[in-house]
Amino acid sequence: MDMQATKKKLGLKEKYAHMTRGLDWETTYQPKEKVFPQATFEGIKVHDWDKWEDPFRLTMDAYWKYQAEKERKLYAVLDAFAQNNGHLGITDARYLSAVKLFLTGISPLEYMAHRGFAAAGRNFPGVGPRVACLMQSIDEVRHAQTQIHALSNYNKFYEGFHAGASHQIERLWYLSVPKSFFDDAFSAGPFEWMIAIGFSFEYVLTNLLFVPFMSGAAYNGDMATVTFGFSAQSDEARHMTLGLECIKFMLEQDPDNLPIVQKWIDKWAWRGIRVLSLVSTMMDYMLPKRVMSWKEAWEIYFEQNGGALFNDLAKYGIKVPDCIAQCTVDKEHQSHQLWLTLCTHSHAMGLHTWLPDAEEMDWLSAKYPNTFDKYYRPRFDELRERADKGERFFANTLPMLCQVCQIPMLFTEPDDPTKICYRESEFQGEKYHTCSDGCKHIFDDEPEKYIQAWLPVYQLYQGNCWPEGTDPTAEGFNPVAKYLEWCHIDAKDTGDYEGSSDQENFAAWRGVATQNV
Amino acid sequence: MSTVFIAFQTNEDTRPIVESILADNPHASLEEQPAMVKINAEDKLVIRRESIEERIGRRFDLQELQVNLITISGHLDEDDDTFTLAWAN
Repeated sequence: MDMQATKKKLGLKEKYAHMTRGLDWETTYQPKEKVFPQATFEGIKVHDWDKWEDPFRLTMDAYWKYQAEKERKLYAVLDAFAQNNGHLGITDARYLSAVKLFLTGISPLEYMAHRGFAAAGRNFPGVGPRVACLMQSIDEVRHAQTQIHALSNYNKFYEGFHAGASHQIERLWYLSVPKSFFDDAFSAGPFEWMIAIGFSFEYVLTNLLFVPFMSGAAYNGDMATVTFGFSAQSDEARHMTLGLECIKFMLEQDPDNLPIVQKWIDKWAWRGIRVLSLVSTMMDYMLPKRVMSWKEAWEIYFEQNGGALFNDLAKYGIKVPDCIAQCTVDKEHQSHQLWLTLCTHSHAMGLHTWLPDAEEMDWLSAKYPNTFDKYYRPRFDELRERADKGERFFANTLPMLCQVCQIPMLFTEPDDPTKICYRESEFQGEKYHTCSDGCKHIFDDEPEKYIQAWLPVYQLYQGNCWPEGTDPTAEGFNPVAKYLEWCHIDAKDTGDYEGSSDQENFAAWRGVATQNV
Repeated sequence: MSTVFIAFQTNEDTRPIVESILADNPHASLEEQPAMVKINAEDKLVIRRESIEERIGRRFDLQELQVNLITISGHLDEDDDTFTLAWAN
């Protein structure tokens, strides 16, 4: 018979100490700096790695247990959703454009985050961050997998999901926006990676993606998305503490770290805000039933939450990034300007767009009383008039992109919402264009890095984005059509939602689902 | 003054947790949104293991929160009995 164990279990703090510090080892036949060569080249000084502590104090044994439970819950919901034709319970198939953007734009980032945290964990000499980065790396690959599983259900019924998360991220002009963000972070050192992804992206930005948008997914009947979203975000809560811990650790270790950290915060705040422009259109335009406006979400999760964070970091000498003033202007315009661009270029996208109807424009007008009626309603009205005459407007060319954030040059001057903002820098005799003071500043600081940017639109016009064997001299050659073929985008995946097969099928299947036919 | 917050999925597991938090933190306010609840509080929010155990009638490990947690804001300090979010400025 087994003896009854009477010894008290280890407390959380003791267990954490045993299962992190207790797992470390000293190098013997190689000096430590050779084993961890990336720990010093960014200039960050660390004197005592043991000062790093994970506030969640999660150890691997507890991690498996809770993650397994989350997975079971998630897949039970996904099964139920698929089994009961959950795709017919969504508000409207227009909603799926948001999901397509999520699948193609965000899920590949999860995979990139998985790789990045594995690399960061490998490169930190301290055992605390190594363990935390390992768990985060596994989380991120879980997110990529669960998102692909959840969304693949829609692929059985709707267009635009087939090339999914892997093929298009490398090719589509608008997906270079999120891709370039992670490429930029991954090609930096491990500490800058932590500020870019662990702090800027996780702490401030994922809230805006996974909280109000996922709540909106629930509002629109998409239980698959809301379930993976909330399941992922509970990991994000841990990741946020990792990002915050990282920044505190750097600032407390040595006063010389402050200017380096401040520069990274300034850079990654702006880079992150630009990426979030895509989410602004998801909130304001792509949710048929809206939970809150982008501006309202921004005020809660960026201004209020980020404000609390910067109040806290002030004790270390961290200042609020200069770009925040620009953001206060942009929150009124961002989603409208970007949606107008997507509407006029949706013939070259892997999803449908549409012009907002009268009820939706009234909602936008109420949420944006300072700007919508004055600057945007007239433009939508004009586009609607043309569309009603059968002349739905699509731009004949692809847009010029910013050399840093890779967003088309569509945002306006801080003091004039009717004038497109262009900035120009010169480096080694060549001219480079950026979309804002924020991006110009980033370019001018590291031009050697950003001149290497792979900009899809420019590559297309240079003839590098067509299927093998394409002859551009052939009669009637259409470069954009060939580009879409190279992206694996079919005519059914693009253009206006009105008249699309997604619209037609959704209406037909809903009819069958609600009638005895 | 800075706001801390915590959000949970709206389900039967989190109902007693949310009740405990609101009972233990009279300065906190509840915000209900589709599929989620968010609890906001000025400066500090303390979640107590014992309060949750009283409501659910079994032992509760505070790390179980992670199963239904959506997001948090503020510095976290967690031990066996409390899960505290605070801005320390």
